[in-house]
Amino acid sequence: MSKWNEEFFIEKGLLLTAISSVIVIALIIIFIFREGLPALQSVGFFSFLFGMEWAPSNGQYGIFPMIIGSLGITALSLLMAVPLGVFCAIFLSEIAPSKMRKILNPTIQTLAGIPSVVYGFFGLVLLVPFMRVQFGGTGFSMFTASVILTVMILPIIVSVSEDALRSIPVEYKEASLALGATHWQTIKNVIFPAAIPGIITSVILGMGRAIGETLAIIMVAGNVVQIPTSIMDPVRALTSNIAIEMGYATGVHYNALFATGIVLVFMIIVLLVIANYFHYKKKVTIGGGYL
Amino acid sequence: MHRFIPPKIAQKIMTGVFWASGILTILILLVIIGYVLMKGLPVVNFEFIFSDPVNSGRSGGIFPFIMSSIYVTLIAVLVATPLGVGAAVYLSEYAGENRLVKLIRFGAETLSSIPSIVFGLFGLAFFVIYLGLGWSVLSGGLTLALMALPTILAASEVSIESINKSYAEGSLALGATKWQTIYKVVIPAALPGITTGVILGMGRAIAEAAAVLYTVGAALMIPTSIMDAARPLPLHLYILATEGLSMDNAWGTAAVLVIMILIITVVTNTLVDRYRKKMMGR
Repeated sequence: MSKWNEEFFIEKGLLLTAISSVIVIALIIIFIFREGLPALQSVGFFSFLFGMEWAPSNGQYGIFPMIIGSLGITALSLLMAVPLGVFCAIFLSEIAPSKMRKILNPTIQTLAGIPSVVYGFFGLVLLVPFMRVQFGGTGFSMFTASVILTVMILPIIVSVSEDALRSIPVEYKEASLALGATHWQTIKNVIFPAAIPGIITSVILGMGRAIGETLAIIMVAGNVVQIPTSIMDPVRALTSNIAIEMGYATGVHYNALFATGIVLVFMIIVLLVIANYFHYKKKVTIGGGYL
Repeated sequence: MHRFIPPKIAQKIMTGVFWASGILTILILLVIIGYVLMKGLPVVNFEFIFSDPVNSGRSGGIFPFIMSSIYVTLIAVLVATPLGVGAAVYLSEYAGENRLVKLIRFGAETLSSIPSIVFGLFGLAFFVIYLGLGWSVLSGGLTLALMALPTILAASEVSIESINKSYAEGSLALGATKWQTIYKVVIPAALPGITTGVILGMGRAIAEAAAVLYTVGAALMIPTSIMDAARPLPLHLYILATEGLSMDNAWGTAAVLVIMILIITVVTNTLVDRYRKKMMGR
């Protein structure tokens, strides 16, 4: 009797821990909206989203230049990270000798774990002066930020794409090789097309990380609120805006920063829905390998 | 154009391209680690690690920040581990495939992709202001717990699901209840995997700065209670670098962080290797 009771309560207790992540998500959405909605109401949804001026001291709250800033940095970094990352993944799954893989996989794992502020600091001290000398200006720019982000999202793109490539049945490859195709033809016409859903997932994950990155971007992007006319212009990202101004924001300004958070959460949820559309189940990699 | 390139030559060219991109990727990444260690390690010594900062961190050491990092990470792991492991046990042992489970998975997935600054905003609105915990080790630690939760959950679920079903069947056949089986058989067997997940969650918490920026304060002293303000290492590095206080100390702090992450990688890889060998051996 009591044993039955015990089992019952344990099951319900475990259920409670299981729904904790749903509760947390709900709380996050509730609190971000609770603090952010007053700003959307007083500024107006469209003038907030598409307003060109961000001047809290004048009561102007338009985040459009920062949306462009975030998307611009993200697009540029994907442009660099995706080809390099996917090629590197093909190298790791198809070409690299197994001994080399055993060294490279933990290296990539370490790099994924390095704090983003370390990358940002590296960019601030080395990349910014380099850009200043090479291209003029201050060195703080959309391009500088996207170079640092490229390095930061490479590990995700490489590891998820590599899993996708590795999960293609070996028979596909053998059949292609047996028909006389070269290894490159097999990669190009058989393995790569079959792995596309996983590779797209890796790109979306990298995109999510790029949009969400905050402090590293603050350190190298220049943080000027403007729509860039060239990639060498300084820009401010949505995330940076929150981190830079939250320290002293009050009233509508404070609410407007939470409203910026609403826009970020919305962007991430859109990405997740797109990712789910591809039905690719990401393997959980732990350390250098699967469990 | 490339139709005229004979396949064998295309093969050779592309093999070269793949090697080049593999090596380039690794090189970029190794140069960064190498450079940080090269600039930082000369600063790191016994005194740097175990003494207090002088003049807001312009000189002196980083001991209070190391302790801050340890405290917030400890709170994060202590809170996230029971939740993550409990959820993993529920998902893999109790739940079928229904709507609720799909919702839980979507929740965990969303949690793992929400930007860290949004966690910071939530921590500020919820823990710091709404619950009145103030800028404290507790607020920061709880915020980090939410970020570590999906990592621990995913790793635990995978390792529980990889346990041979006959273990649990044997236990149930001997008359043990479901919970006794989970507690005495399934969890011990999955423990190395769960531990690995916890260490990875720890890594995420140690590395995080944006989420603690507005939840933990920026104190220069060692926190003496969980209600004290603190300053974890990544936050200290951010402040040193953006306020231009001391480049030497910033490199030193960066090197300490990189070494911590290196240790975490080595430990998790060793655990996974050992675990895999054990599972293959049977």
